[in-house]
Amino acid sequence: MPDVLIIGAGPAGLSAARAARRLGAAVTLLDSSDELGGQYWRHLPPSRPSERESVLHHGWATFTALRSELETDDGCTIIRGASVWAIETRDGRPGAVFAVIGEPDGAGRSQRVFEPDALVLATGAHDRTLPFPGWDLPGVFTAGAAQALAKGERVAIGSRVLVAGAGPFLLPVAASLVATGSTVIGVYEANRTKSLLAGWLPKPWQLLRAAKKGTELAGYVLNHLQHRIPYRLGVAVVRADGTDRVETVTIARVDASWAPIPGTEQTIAVDAVCVGHGFTPRLELALAAGCALGADDFVTVDEGQQTSVSSVYAAGEITGIGGVDLALAEGEIAGHVAAGGSVLDARLASALAHRRTYLAFADRIENAHGIETGWQGWLTDDTVVCRCEEVSYGDLCGAVAATGGASLRSVKLSSRAGLGICQGRVCGRTVEELLSTLSPGHSDGPGHSDGPRSAAADRVRTDRRPIAVPLRLGELAAEPG
Amino acid sequence: MRVIVIGGGIIGAATARSLSRRGIDVTVLERGRNVGGTSSGGEGNLLLSDKGPGDELRLTQYSSTLWPVVDAELRDELGPAFPSVEFERKGGVVVATTAQGAQPLHDFAALQRTAGVDARPVSRDDALLLEPHLNPAITAAIHYPEDAQVQPVIMTEALIASAKLSGAQFFENEAVLAGIRSPGGELVGVRTTRGTHHADAVVVAAGPWSGDVSEALGLSLPVKPRRGMVLVTSRMPHRIFHKVYDGDYVGVVGSSNAALQTSSVIETTAAGTVLIGSSRQQIGFDTRLTVAVLRELAQKALRLFPFLSEMMVMRSYGGFRPFMPDHLPVIGPDPRLPGLWHATGHEGAGIGLSVATGAMLADLLAGAPPALDAAPFSPARASLAPFLAPFLTPFPDSRAA
Repeated sequence: MPDVLIIGAGPAGLSAARAARRLGAAVTLLDSSDELGGQYWRHLPPSRPSERESVLHHGWATFTALRSELETDDGCTIIRGASVWAIETRDGRPGAVFAVIGEPDGAGRSQRVFEPDALVLATGAHDRTLPFPGWDLPGVFTAGAAQALAKGERVAIGSRVLVAGAGPFLLPVAASLVATGSTVIGVYEANRTKSLLAGWLPKPWQLLRAAKKGTELAGYVLNHLQHRIPYRLGVAVVRADGTDRVETVTIARVDASWAPIPGTEQTIAVDAVCVGHGFTPRLELALAAGCALGADDFVTVDEGQQTSVSSVYAAGEITGIGGVDLALAEGEIAGHVAAGGSVLDARLASALAHRRTYLAFADRIENAHGIETGWQGWLTDDTVVCRCEEVSYGDLCGAVAATGGASLRSVKLSSRAGLGICQGRVCGRTVEELLSTLSPGHSDGPGHSDGPRSAAADRVRTDRRPIAVPLRLGELAAEPG
Repeated sequence: MRVIVIGGGIIGAATARSLSRRGIDVTVLERGRNVGGTSSGGEGNLLLSDKGPGDELRLTQYSSTLWPVVDAELRDELGPAFPSVEFERKGGVVVATTAQGAQPLHDFAALQRTAGVDARPVSRDDALLLEPHLNPAITAAIHYPEDAQVQPVIMTEALIASAKLSGAQFFENEAVLAGIRSPGGELVGVRTTRGTHHADAVVVAAGPWSGDVSEALGLSLPVKPRRGMVLVTSRMPHRIFHKVYDGDYVGVVGSSNAALQTSSVIETTAAGTVLIGSSRQQIGFDTRLTVAVLRELAQKALRLFPFLSEMMVMRSYGGFRPFMPDHLPVIGPDPRLPGLWHATGHEGAGIGLSVATGAMLADLLAGAPPALDAAPFSPARASLAPFLAPFLTPFPDSRAA
């Protein structure tokens, strides 16, 4: 039976592990956090158990069942606190996977190198927030950070909180905020009724078929009604103000392109703001493993979730933002096929059917809630776009203007946008989109200069990180034990 | 006079600038984006310290005299809004870390001094004054005040911007497919993916891809890629003040041994990151990550600066340096095909040698005597003759002319 290495213990990775174990494969499951469940099932640490996790979590029972099954399974080795920092490719095999294991800020992390027969990448996504004036003030949270604080720490980010951005994720975040004691004064979705209708309504039976997802959303909507939270469309946060922390936010109506409509601004007193605009897949390990991406910048997979690289599989958000149910279905298929199973196996019938349903649902969400370009209209010269390096929108414009449209890499090197410790995870796509507006036609390559390359590789240049997570020079220098 | 330059890297940009400032009509053709290849895959070294007496050192010394002039000209031409090219004559400190390594380092420095290099032996205490965080367990140290640094990507952009001000035209995403020959057999232009360009001379400045371009024009050129990787740390307060490396580097530069060999030039950039590199591998155009290469860079860096052990490596990057079989750049007309000129093969020194290369080629093309004897760099030099095959295409193709 093959050795299957799974990176990421969120819904997709856990599901993959269970499916691979069902066929008897030896499974090793890595996750950078101390807890299983990923971002989706982020929860309190065992030292602070809560009997009410199920209140904050959709599918909590699914998670606890997966967790206990895998934790008690001798054939499944779970390694927590494992940060995969590099993958060396090998012809015809998944490659060598290098990990450091231990607290990121602790000394004496150990090192492991894995050379599995099959590799399942389930690295998920991180949330994306578009910059706006004042978004770097204390009290302004990304939707993902607010959700993590609520689920992982039970910390309420404020008492009067405004939620804004785009996408269905705003609803569970609002629900979590309410559950931790915040008053949510409104949820503001930038997309307008028309685009939401266009996204949701052409084939409503597909929505009905995504029954579980429908229920999940219905629950959030119900929660909204109970708490009388206004949900408004075509409105965006265009700035936040305050001296030591956020005191007011300014919202404005936006047109279909998300450009703010002058004269519609309205200022609201808050003590916290939570803003999110969807998700960015975490692609660095897939790229390191040599996996091809599609035109949509997600990992391309076949019917059995295999990537373009033999014996390397991908499941969950890196193949397309689709939510927990799609991740579970994809994970099951990936784990099963990675363990040597056939995609025709009757045991996969249900997962394959779920995948069909939820893929249609994911397309629907993307159509309804995708990011439009007009948001750049709410930036001011002093709006910080790269927080690590404190690069403002004005700095970027200046670098582009001075060099007369030099290459994107030159602009990044001279402005330092995207070159900080997060390596563009927060701002990378934003900087790329701004530069393509400021200086159209940019498409230069990733960090490794190997001459002209495909357009797909160009588009994801900030996702290409040969060193996937920063590590100490001393750790890099040490021979793995 | 009209000249086509093939390649939008630093050699092509410097050549275009020098030519256009002489009033020559220049067209630069780049198959991808400018500054997308070797010029953005290295550190930006202007090193005298790693070169022994000889032709490459003479070219480097010539370039070293040009750099402050070009830097001042660029600032003057492009104005304060243009990003800084970060030219800084910060100096180099080369150390030996073993008892056996000390004497060869001193001998090498003595040899360099006979050729006019400012190579100053310093005591361990003085070395630690220059570099307070250096591992004190060194056995020898030489200070090279002339070594300098530049931001290679921004420098290339600056040369391009300056060349454009003098009238040079740059075309990106335009690949050369074939040469156009006159009835007499001279190269008088190129066919590209977008059309044709006619000129009195065609300069191939395509770095490690110059062999491919030359073949498209009908001739082979024995230029090969050498891969180099660089580690980048997170930003920190400046604790490394020179270009610091161990003396092993000196022996490695001229090596044609294909085995993995890494050295550890360590320096702080203007932004406060520390660059460590680069490695040297002769593995063709293979871009795959090799952890062992990065590990060896890290190990060597820690031997010189132990404090780096706790610093975070943020990323690695790299590229391919073009090298010739006799390890000298090739600058000048190709004896096999009138109208064909070369400017490549600078190995890991192309950033530093760019301005001298551009100046020399412009002099030669304009028929002026170069400031430095160009014969040692000629494609017709004796040491290259065994590697230069005759025409690949037996009958010059003039149909497209």
